[in-house]
Amino acid sequence: MNLLNDFSPGLFIMQAIILLVLIVLMRKFAWKPILDSLNSREEGIKDALDAAENAKKELQNLNADNERILNEARAERDGMLKEAREMKATMIADAKAEAEAEADKVIKQAQVAIIAEKKAAIADLKNQVAGISVEIAEKVVKTELADKDKQLALVSSLLEEVTLN
Amino acid sequence: MMITRQLKKCFLALIFSLGSIVMFSNVENTEVLTRHEEGGEHHANAASESGLVDSKEEINAYKAHHLADSHDFHLFSYGGEHGSQRHHVGFSLPVIVWTSKGLVVFMSSEFHHNDDGHHIVSKKGIKLAKLHSKIYELEANAHAINFNKEHHPINAHKVLDFSITKSVLGMLIAGLLMLLGFSSLAKGYKRGAIPTGFGRVLEPLVIYVRDEIARPNIGEKKYRKYMGFLLTVFFFIWILNLLGLTPLGFNVTGNIAVTVCLALFTFVITTFTANKDYWKHIFWMPGVPVPMKIVLMPIEILGMFTKPFSLLIRLFANITAGHAVVMGLIAVAYTAREALGVAGGFGVSFLLTLFISLIEVLVAFLQAFIFTMLSSLFIGMAVEEHDHH
Repeated sequence: MNLLNDFSPGLFIMQAIILLVLIVLMRKFAWKPILDSLNSREEGIKDALDAAENAKKELQNLNADNERILNEARAERDGMLKEAREMKATMIADAKAEAEAEADKVIKQAQVAIIAEKKAAIADLKNQVAGISVEIAEKVVKTELADKDKQLALVSSLLEEVTLN
Repeated sequence: MMITRQLKKCFLALIFSLGSIVMFSNVENTEVLTRHEEGGEHHANAASESGLVDSKEEINAYKAHHLADSHDFHLFSYGGEHGSQRHHVGFSLPVIVWTSKGLVVFMSSEFHHNDDGHHIVSKKGIKLAKLHSKIYELEANAHAINFNKEHHPINAHKVLDFSITKSVLGMLIAGLLMLLGFSSLAKGYKRGAIPTGFGRVLEPLVIYVRDEIARPNIGEKKYRKYMGFLLTVFFFIWILNLLGLTPLGFNVTGNIAVTVCLALFTFVITTFTANKDYWKHIFWMPGVPVPMKIVLMPIEILGMFTKPFSLLIRLFANITAGHAVVMGLIAVAYTAREALGVAGGFGVSFLLTLFISLIEVLVAFLQAFIFTMLSSLFIGMAVEEHDHH
């Protein structure tokens, strides 16, 4: 066998030693630091991407918040306006009602006053009528107590004079 | 869901195994070539004392020589025409061997580029010779290597060879490049999260191995533990494959000892981190009748070993075949000289070599990817949490 004849045990041993030493040295001085750096770099990149994604999300949230706040403010403004409008309406209505009530009161008072005045006038009138009647009676009695006809004529003439005013 | 995933994995493994079988037949071819060359070697040596690489036999010998590991770093040769001196340019590497007299260290230049066992180096009272890139220790009373009919030495034996060979040098260079490149990337992270300079090239590769190979196969929770091994192996194989495409002519990952070692690491990691479910699926497959359990047991046990075996053969075969093909195509410039003329031979050779080299660049990455991918797949299978049906 040529292959077996070619096989050199010495070369095999040298190769084994060289490879073993090389693996140990390369692990220590090259592969470990290289792979560690690569890993940390990749993790760094991953973290950075995650952070960017998070920032994006936060920004979106912020925008959504802003939108919400704006909407709320708008709603509040609308509410306030509506309230004001309602307030205005109620105020006007209230004022109207109050004015009406006041007017009614004034009218009622006026009516009451009128009635009172009327009563007073009537009472006064009655008193005057009574006075006049008494005066008439006095006059009748004084002047024409003798003549019955004349008395009657007098009475009737007096009565004609007296008009209930 | 679970079943389909399993099926997908099995299918993937099958495709790659088929790929490796195809490649393996390729290697058989190269072996035949090498044997052929061995037979005709004396003739070839006799014909080309000048050292020129010109004839078919010489090309095959050169190819086989390149595919094997080497004790010195040869860059190129020149001269040697018309009987002038052939010059080799390169440098020698230390030879470190464990012999019957203990450790022996010397420079490979002491062999004087001799690779057929004729030049004897004496050290510490023992005699060493180099034959086909292997170092032999001669028996005490011998003065030269005697060969039997199959051209095997009879009075010498191989020694345990810890030399800094070309392959070992390649591995050291690859390791050094990795350490420099990736530790600078690691340091870069201290200055900022984004790498600068060459780190920009390296970082996506690390991420690729992590996200496309380790994570999907092993699982999010457990992959981290195996990253050290997977990343190291991926870049180690890839850099060595690419180094093999340079004119420096490394052939490290096309060396069976190297791929055996790599696959053994995967096997050891798979076996020692496997959870209870993995062993249960091997020895007593749940959900099938008892006779099937008994039939499946040896198959599954065999599977434990065939998985890493396929890894080692695939890588070895792909890279060896790639090198053999590239060298063969370069050699077309010489072998097709008579048929196409010098310019035609060089042109055809250039175009074909360029084409195959581009494919080899892809294969260099692909094999590193497949090795790492399948390693993580096997690890993933071993540590997978099965939901009990």
